Amino acid sequence: MTASQKTRRGRTLPLHLVLVVVGAVMAVPLLYAALSGFKSTDELSRNPVGLPESWVTSNYTQILGSGDFWRLIGNSTLIAVGTTVLIVAVSALSAFSFARFAFRGREALFTLFTMGLMFPFAVAALPLFLLLRSLDLLDNPLGVILPQAAFGLPMTIIILRGFFRQIPGELEEAATLDGCSPFGFFWRVLLPMARPALGTVSVLAVVTSWNNFFLPLLVFTDAQWWTLPIGVQQFQGQYSAEYAKVFAYLVLAMVPALAFYSVAERQLVGGLTAGATKG
Amino acid sequence: MTSTYLPDKRAGRDAGPPAPAARRDRARARRRTLNWLTATGFQLPALVLFMGLVLLPMLFALYAAFFRWGGFGMPSDYVGGENFTRLFQDDVFLGDLWRCLVLVVLSLALQLPFALAMAVLLNQRMRGRAVYRMLFFAPYVLSEAITGVLFGMIFAPDDGFADQVLGGIGLDGLGGEWFADPSTVMATLFLVMTWKYFGFHMMLYLAGLQAVPRELTEAALIDGAGPWQRFRNVTLPLLAPTLRISVFLSVIGAIQLFDLVWVTTAGGPDHHSETMAVTMFQYGFKRYQVGYASAISVVMFAISLVFALAYQRFVLRRDLEGATTTMRGDGK
Repeated sequence: MTASQKTRRGRTLPLHLVLVVVGAVMAVPLLYAALSGFKSTDELSRNPVGLPESWVTSNYTQILGSGDFWRLIGNSTLIAVGTTVLIVAVSALSAFSFARFAFRGREALFTLFTMGLMFPFAVAALPLFLLLRSLDLLDNPLGVILPQAAFGLPMTIIILRGFFRQIPGELEEAATLDGCSPFGFFWRVLLPMARPALGTVSVLAVVTSWNNFFLPLLVFTDAQWWTLPIGVQQFQGQYSAEYAKVFAYLVLAMVPALAFYSVAERQLVGGLTAGATKG
Repeated sequence: MTSTYLPDKRAGRDAGPPAPAARRDRARARRRTLNWLTATGFQLPALVLFMGLVLLPMLFALYAAFFRWGGFGMPSDYVGGENFTRLFQDDVFLGDLWRCLVLVVLSLALQLPFALAMAVLLNQRMRGRAVYRMLFFAPYVLSEAITGVLFGMIFAPDDGFADQVLGGIGLDGLGGEWFADPSTVMATLFLVMTWKYFGFHMMLYLAGLQAVPRELTEAALIDGAGPWQRFRNVTLPLLAPTLRISVFLSVIGAIQLFDLVWVTTAGGPDHHSETMAVTMFQYGFKRYQVGYASAISVVMFAISLVFALAYQRFVLRRDLEGATTTMRGDGK
């Protein structure tokens, strides 16, 4: 080791220390929940911090063996997929028109959509609920899918418009000369080229839908349609005295989101930073 | 190619009876109409969805806010501005506004600077930086509801895990009732929000930092600027657009905070952690004072709108030029 390397290491040591401490604060709650799931509730009150004396797997296996948990996963998946397909299809059409056409009213319309970024969902929750009730969409997955798609439009349109505008105009001219209609160009040329951007906005839509709590809470009174976040809250209410069970439930409920994150990290972070800087 | 084609065209035009200019104009007008129809046709699904499920409900809330209404049938008991005057005499709602402000101030004073510090740290080449980045950002992908349940248990009063850990490192005095004590509930909430969201802001800053040209900081280094001066006078100004966006998102987040509060405290103890959205939910869905709850929605919307417009007008203007407002001629 050379002298300069040594001083460099000496200088970065306190920084590493800071990172280790912050990292511990971030990781410990998750690890604690995972470990606690392997204890019995009795042991958890006797020995809250240490490793389990005997590893109890029944908390986890009971949840995984019950249909309820899988139904929540199924509902959350159905709603996330439905939302994402709708959001991407509708936004891509709109972004295509914003990016490739000059038409009267374009700027006004785009401003209208960007204003949607300023509407926090909580603001519209009550009137939305009243509307969904009058449309008979309560206890219906569409009652969550449609509003989620509507509220996700602005961000998705902004990201896709930016991407579509980067695709050179010569390509469109060439396609038109070859007899391509505007929709043909959109479908056969633009969309395949925009696959990375479509991936990004899809990942954003999936995560947002998966984590949504407020809207499913309003729309689903029937337990048959509950999504994962609602299920977790209900489970805690039901088993509030059995801490170990609730921890196991929490951990299992986090696994899909964390797994998805580890697969789609780049799209997620890229999309969020692009959305924030362009929006 | 065109020049060889021209004579034919001219010959054809001379032969045709209708005035050529008029025909050309009509063709152009038709093409323009067709173009407009195609363009707006592509917009139609988005427009219908957005109008129907975002704008229309908001307009209805604006209408319902002027009625005393239990939420069934159409509102008929018109009360004028009574809901609004009541709102601004309602201690809980005034408290909501105060708590929103507290969270915003805490975020700007503590959470965002902390996120920035971590971003600067992790922007250096060092071992394990990808792991730290991933770990710090991970809570962002968890649902607020799940995060809330987790921390509700970790911060269980008196003998929860947080108290055990603090006791273990000799800081018993810091522990206590957490969410159950009116004097600590907001601080606890803020801790959880920071755990969940600082990584998101850190990622924004990291993206911003990576866009700072190396040449500039190197030039400052050669000019003899110390690390703090380089950060203060080179990096920070270049990061300003990212910072402004992150502040904006932070404030909007505080205005609409609901999930986390609802699953941890439901606004308690005794309204000490209640937010505007929670109050709205209580009146709209538990007490069936839908007219009053609509007034809360309208005020929340007005606050977001005024904030967003003012922020855009005074703070974001430079950053957003060409980004969201226009695309005239710049070809970008």
